[in-house]
Amino acid sequence: MTDLLTRRTPTPVPARPRRTGVGVLIGAILGILAIASLFIGVSDVSPLALLTGGPDSSAAFLLVTSRIPRTVAVLLAGASLGIAGLIMQMLVRNRFVEPGTTGVTEFATLGMLISTVFWPGMAVVGKMAVAAVFGLLGTWVFLRVVRAVPVRQLVLVPLVGIMLGGIVGSVTVFFAYRLDLLQSLGQWSQGSFASVMQGRYEFVWIAGAMVVVAWFAADRFSVIGMGEDFATNLGLDYRRVVAVGMVIVALITASVLVTSGVIPFLGLVVPNVVSLIIGDNARRSIPWIAGLGAVFVIACDIIARLVRFPYEIPLSVIVGIIGAALFLWLLLRRRGRAH
Amino acid sequence: MLTDTVTGRTPAPARLGALWARPGLRLALLAVVALTLVAVYFFTDVPGSLAFAVKIRSLTVLAMLLVATAVGVSTVVFHTITQNRILTPSIMGFDAFYVLVSTVIVFFLGSASFLGADPLTLWLVQVVVMVAFSVFLFTWLFGGKRRSIHLMLLVGIVLGTFFRSFTEWMQRMLDPLDFQVLSDAMFASLTRPDETLLLLTGAVVLLACAAVPPLLRILDVLTLGEPAAVGLGVNHRRTLLMLFTIVSVMIAASTALVGPILFFGLIVANLAYSYAGTFRHVWTLPTAVLIGVICLLGGQIVLEQVFNLGGSLSMVIEFAGGLFFLYLVLRKGAR
Amino acid sequence: MIVLDGVSKRYNGHTVLDEVSIAFGAEGVTALIGPNGAGKSTLFGVVGRLIRPEAGRVAVDGSDVATARSSDLAKTLAVLRQDNHIAARLTVHDLVEFGRFPHSKGRLTVTDRDHVDRAIEYLALDDFRNRFLDELSGGQRQRAFIAMVLAQDTKYILLDEPLNNLDLRHMTEIMKLLRRMADELGKRVIVVLHDINFAATYSDRIVAMRDGRVVADAGAAEIMRPEVLEAVYDTKVDVRQIDGRPVALYYS
Repeated sequence: MTDLLTRRTPTPVPARPRRTGVGVLIGAILGILAIASLFIGVSDVSPLALLTGGPDSSAAFLLVTSRIPRTVAVLLAGASLGIAGLIMQMLVRNRFVEPGTTGVTEFATLGMLISTVFWPGMAVVGKMAVAAVFGLLGTWVFLRVVRAVPVRQLVLVPLVGIMLGGIVGSVTVFFAYRLDLLQSLGQWSQGSFASVMQGRYEFVWIAGAMVVVAWFAADRFSVIGMGEDFATNLGLDYRRVVAVGMVIVALITASVLVTSGVIPFLGLVVPNVVSLIIGDNARRSIPWIAGLGAVFVIACDIIARLVRFPYEIPLSVIVGIIGAALFLWLLLRRRGRAH
Repeated sequence: MLTDTVTGRTPAPARLGALWARPGLRLALLAVVALTLVAVYFFTDVPGSLAFAVKIRSLTVLAMLLVATAVGVSTVVFHTITQNRILTPSIMGFDAFYVLVSTVIVFFLGSASFLGADPLTLWLVQVVVMVAFSVFLFTWLFGGKRRSIHLMLLVGIVLGTFFRSFTEWMQRMLDPLDFQVLSDAMFASLTRPDETLLLLTGAVVLLACAAVPPLLRILDVLTLGEPAAVGLGVNHRRTLLMLFTIVSVMIAASTALVGPILFFGLIVANLAYSYAGTFRHVWTLPTAVLIGVICLLGGQIVLEQVFNLGGSLSMVIEFAGGLFFLYLVLRKGAR
Repeated sequence: MIVLDGVSKRYNGHTVLDEVSIAFGAEGVTALIGPNGAGKSTLFGVVGRLIRPEAGRVAVDGSDVATARSSDLAKTLAVLRQDNHIAARLTVHDLVEFGRFPHSKGRLTVTDRDHVDRAIEYLALDDFRNRFLDELSGGQRQRAFIAMVLAQDTKYILLDEPLNNLDLRHMTEIMKLLRRMADELGKRVIVVLHDINFAATYSDRIVAMRDGRVVADAGAAEIMRPEVLEAVYDTKVDVRQIDGRPVALYYS
């Protein structure tokens, strides 16, 4: 018998180091940043002011109506966008896709525009629903178009998605231009949490709920990520899981869109970095992606608030710079691989 | 074939086909179409004095001619250097880069110098900085290992986002006054071009164009790829540097005139290749320029007269260009 | 038993499976041979409910593949197709664990973990347990996929060209392993092979296909004859007896 069948002398198995330490570190950073986020702003909300002022002070009022909602919205958006990216990557089996590189965001924005034009008085929840439906349509269109591209054409897939987004985007800009809505469009296409307040951010909880749903279905998404053949062999209803994934992606995209506007590259960078560290088993990676996504966005939000104090710079600008640089690194570091 | 032509015994369609096969004639036909469009543009719907209308409109036509030249030449040359027909300077984010350079200059020198200094000098400073940086960027991306075109495309698109975000950040950090100056200077409109800017870019484009004719044959050789070109005695590095400088100057000119138009070069160059039917740059370059003029002018006329949508030409170009691009990429990807 | 009854499949007017009726599962290792385009992979696709046939039905242990619950089928039948490419960065352990998905839906019990450990040990993958798939050699990766299928703990295991891209040593190892899985664990292995000598050496039964039909179905001794093989492959084949075993020579 060959050495395969007789057991080899057992060499000590180098287990992958447990990453609990890093996990705790990320949690700690997240906590510190979240607390810092509560106390950064033009008006004075400091722990001292809160203590001396009591529950009825203006500081406490600001904390409850503005700072806490903002911090929560930032954390939820950061966590959920990474998950939306991860799920898209599993559905398409390509690590360079996310709502923003597949036209989903642009479709959702078009939905926002349409709801604003046709039903100007519509409540935010209605707009979000329309945006979500359009986002779903966008995912569907993208999945259809991408079927024409061989799976292993790693970078062609996001390229096609970006172009698709560009086309939909130019339609949106055209109508916004004709209808004098360029300004509203600018608001959605530029992510910022500056206007987040109590009563105007609650939809982002839907995105948060989707993270939980995704975590419960994590194994299913991992199996989907292995491809249709594997999924069917393991007895999974491929189409149904894909449909659930599409809905999650659309809901996250739409709810973040109505809360803050577009935040670029996040869904792409965070899952890829996590994948490098611990791999793609979704059950393990989802908490990491949610945590790191939240850290990344809250750090960027704090930078956006501080860099030109007392003015604010749109968060999407900061994320765009850092995210694009990280994405470039991800793209070019694999230069050795064949394409 | 030859004897046939001499004896004149070929049936008429075949003779037409033979004529059609001559690139010179095709080019002439294109020129006629372009001139007709110019005439149509000048003389339709004149509201008041004809002389005034012609004067105003000739500026627009001149701007379009400059943009078409800059975009057409730079894209075709870029295609030849990079050995593909999908990547264009704009898709690689180079015009976004130009905007960034302008912003950075205003950011560090302030609008005072932007306004005060001689505009020509300032322009040259911008172009020099732009060329220096883009040559660096170019050698970083295209020097060394050959990477897949699709990867470079994606890199270019991300670079574009990076430059735009960075520009935006810089602009947010500017004084509102400086910002106003900057946006006025940078985004002149095609239909209402600024005269000084027009003259300036005109001179620069003309200068860059003058450098092209001696390089035409070398460009033809470069289509064979670097190893073959080097084997045929082309000083590859130096030529590339020169060509790339020309490309950068052209991009600077067109971006200064109309701002970034992502897909225009792609459409124009690819239409030019299939229309000219030859790889020789003597034909492809002017063909690209003329097709550019026809697209811009024809598009403007159609939008103005038929759809009454004067100001939205660039959006229409983006839309059509995006579809065309998808078609190109998917067709290539399917192979 | 896996029973196919009059199964036909057409692609763009081209018949890939032409009323195939056959039963598998009485023997330990069945080899499926035939030239390219004979319909072997399509046959596997149909049995594994990945491809829907135009006519005919497939039953696995009496239940119709088209109507049975996919998750139940996954407990009796495992299919590994050729050229598996998983883009996701999964470790060997992750992959093998997913073999337990039909049983546990992702929440692994003690039994599940036991199956995973045994499958990994059976394929001598202990040393690579925590390696990512993209860090493995072709032979190791193929073993990891087979370990996953083994962990699925099904009666029937269908492998489509598992020897693709493997060197001589790894080919032999995989074939011996399939033999062992049949003999020791009572699995019913059906495997598509291109090397007819491997088929003859390691299988109990050889099914030869050509142009979407089963053209020969017997033990190695009967299949390994020049006239049979030449009819299947349309090329000249010589068969010699070496150490009492038939060996096909087709290089001349």
